[in-house]
Amino acid sequence: MTTPDSPEPVADASATSGKPERRIGVYICHCGGNISDYVDVEAVREALKDEPGVVVSESPVFACSDGTQHDMIDDIRGRNLDGLVVASCSPKLHQVTFRNVAKRADLNQYAYTQVNVREQDSWAHPHDRSGATEKAIGLVRAGVAKTRLSDPLEPLVVQTVPRALVVGGGITGLRAAIGLADVGIQAVVVERAATLGGWVGTFGATFPDDASGAEEVAGLVEEIRKRRDITTYTGAELTGKSGSFGNYTVELTLHRDGSDKVLSLEVGSIIVATGFDAYSPDDGEFGYGIDGVVTLPEFKAMVDAAPSGGLTWRGRQVRSIAYVYCVGSRQEAGGNEYCSKYCCTATIHASLQVGTVDPSIRQYHLYRDIRAYGRNELLYNASREAGSTYVKFADDQPPSVAALPTGGLAVTVTDLLTESRELTIGVDLVVLVTGMVPRDPSRLVEVLKLPVGSDGFFNEIHPKLRPVETVVDGVMIAGCCQSPRTVGESVSAGLAAVAQSAALLKKGFAELEPLVARVNPEKCTGSGECLSSCPYDAITSIEWEGRSIASVDPATCKGCGGCVPVCGRDAIDLLGYTDAQMRAAIEEMVATERPKEPVA
Amino acid sequence: MSGAAGPGDSSPRILVFSTINISDPGIDLAGSRHLEYPATVQTMAVPCSSGLKPSWLVHALDSGFDGVFVASDGEECAYLPDCAERTAHIISQAQAIMAERGIPAQRLKMAALCSVCAEPFANYMREFSAALTRLDESASVA
Repeated sequence: MTTPDSPEPVADASATSGKPERRIGVYICHCGGNISDYVDVEAVREALKDEPGVVVSESPVFACSDGTQHDMIDDIRGRNLDGLVVASCSPKLHQVTFRNVAKRADLNQYAYTQVNVREQDSWAHPHDRSGATEKAIGLVRAGVAKTRLSDPLEPLVVQTVPRALVVGGGITGLRAAIGLADVGIQAVVVERAATLGGWVGTFGATFPDDASGAEEVAGLVEEIRKRRDITTYTGAELTGKSGSFGNYTVELTLHRDGSDKVLSLEVGSIIVATGFDAYSPDDGEFGYGIDGVVTLPEFKAMVDAAPSGGLTWRGRQVRSIAYVYCVGSRQEAGGNEYCSKYCCTATIHASLQVGTVDPSIRQYHLYRDIRAYGRNELLYNASREAGSTYVKFADDQPPSVAALPTGGLAVTVTDLLTESRELTIGVDLVVLVTGMVPRDPSRLVEVLKLPVGSDGFFNEIHPKLRPVETVVDGVMIAGCCQSPRTVGESVSAGLAAVAQSAALLKKGFAELEPLVARVNPEKCTGSGECLSSCPYDAITSIEWEGRSIASVDPATCKGCGGCVPVCGRDAIDLLGYTDAQMRAAIEEMVATERPKEPVA
Repeated sequence: MSGAAGPGDSSPRILVFSTINISDPGIDLAGSRHLEYPATVQTMAVPCSSGLKPSWLVHALDSGFDGVFVASDGEECAYLPDCAERTAHIISQAQAIMAERGIPAQRLKMAALCSVCAEPFANYMREFSAALTRLDESASVA
């Protein structure tokens, strides 16, 4: 666990003037011909070789090749380099590669700068060789300028606790807990409800394999009972978190017999798997409130409980059903614009279940688009072959539902597939195919500082490349608390969070990026403007030389820099993006050929 | 469609501030798909557009860039839920400084750019470049 650094003055541009000149190696990659076919790499190398601080300027065919990496290490050691600039592809590809080169050569890895002259230059300007070359020179000069002003930094090393908290005892959280125990990490599951299992624990047969959700959950609970390294708390909530990444202290409130008990424990990571709420239609929305109009979860419970030989609604035999799809999903701007993804297949699957209960029941599916993707398409085919009728309506012409004076319901819809004729279908039951909505995130946002998207679901760092991590180090999200998804997809995310927890906790320590905000105590006047700008509470007020100043906890700071422009005294710098570095880089970028004249 | 500038081209110089996790991958993707835009567009990535100082945006214009484009995270920002509002505030502050110095507000643009927004980025750059060219032409006529 780290503690805030004692405040140090931040170097500014003028402060570098007394330092010995840097010794920087610059490597401009041909990338086979990916760069050199469109950029005059030799001209770039020539332009850089006399830049202040540059003592090596090379143009390898492949900078990332083993041979070139060895050459770089030899140069760093042999020519005593204290800075490295590699101009090649996007940093997303090889930043780790070249940081490792620096480390192997005993060069501070934060004295290395990656310059992207492939995706953001040669590949974008294949018909403008001189323009792309001039651009590359500016970009590499900017990289050299940033390196010239770089400070040696070390990753923040934090000790980690081999225990994870799983928030949510649904199928995703339960499976994740077993996964954690399997890799030797203790798991603590906290579930707000009185029983484990969540939504899936209430389901009978589920798609795609007809397995009973309740039985699957019961199997997981049984497995958990056998494990000494998994603890579960029901009727309990996560109500507090303190400490830093790797060694959080969490506070669990256990609701017991009308009184609350508070439990504290140390955990290294937290997996949030709090699931979703079902969309609840407004009164009158597609006839909701009329006798015989039900939501998908209500219908699913009815079908799961139906005895063989008949489906009944309030004692009456159901002979016909209309399903109205996309209720509460794919709404207009301002509503739930997303597709809830699971509900087409869940409805089709339930309608197949109805067919096994009573094959004579007539079923009409009123849909905008059927999104039974992947293998679920086979269920859609089976449903049609079993006799279900599908009627497509336009987005702007939704069906209407009314009660008939003679009993039963009338659903009126304009069928796009039969010359847009208006049909009125008499049915006994209308199922509103309701989607998912996010659970109220306010409590977890308050405790964990988790970011929430505009749709109300929790946000991961990157939807494809870092799909379960959040910006809060060591806190993962998994399942329907991220976005609507199926059971299988939710469990996959839970296991991804297990793998991520193992990667963080199994070493016993973790390294954090040191590119965090730092306060210059000389400049800080203690105005407090920055304190409220950080949603992660990384900035506090401390006493320094008899006055109050701001201080940033490097282990809590996320490195966004959001506090930097808030300070009216320019007293905060983001390391790696300091004021001096940014200004110098800007000046170098534009300092090719055209004069530095202010525009007007 | 080619957005390339010709040799010896005098297209406006544009500095794009991108964000490491969201808009910079979108700009990478534009290159990977060979969606051409003027080579006088240069990009500088930062963790989050809410961390940009207004003075940096103005410094770019003072230093010789003809336009500055902030490719913000918008609603997708993983750090700050109010990132769009914060970035808009930074733009307003920069425009106030620009107004004091007689720099037209049109030289500073902001748009949210997602991690796969390759086509929108190339289009933004072509349009912004053309707008800056018109601005310079009208200034020279005046």
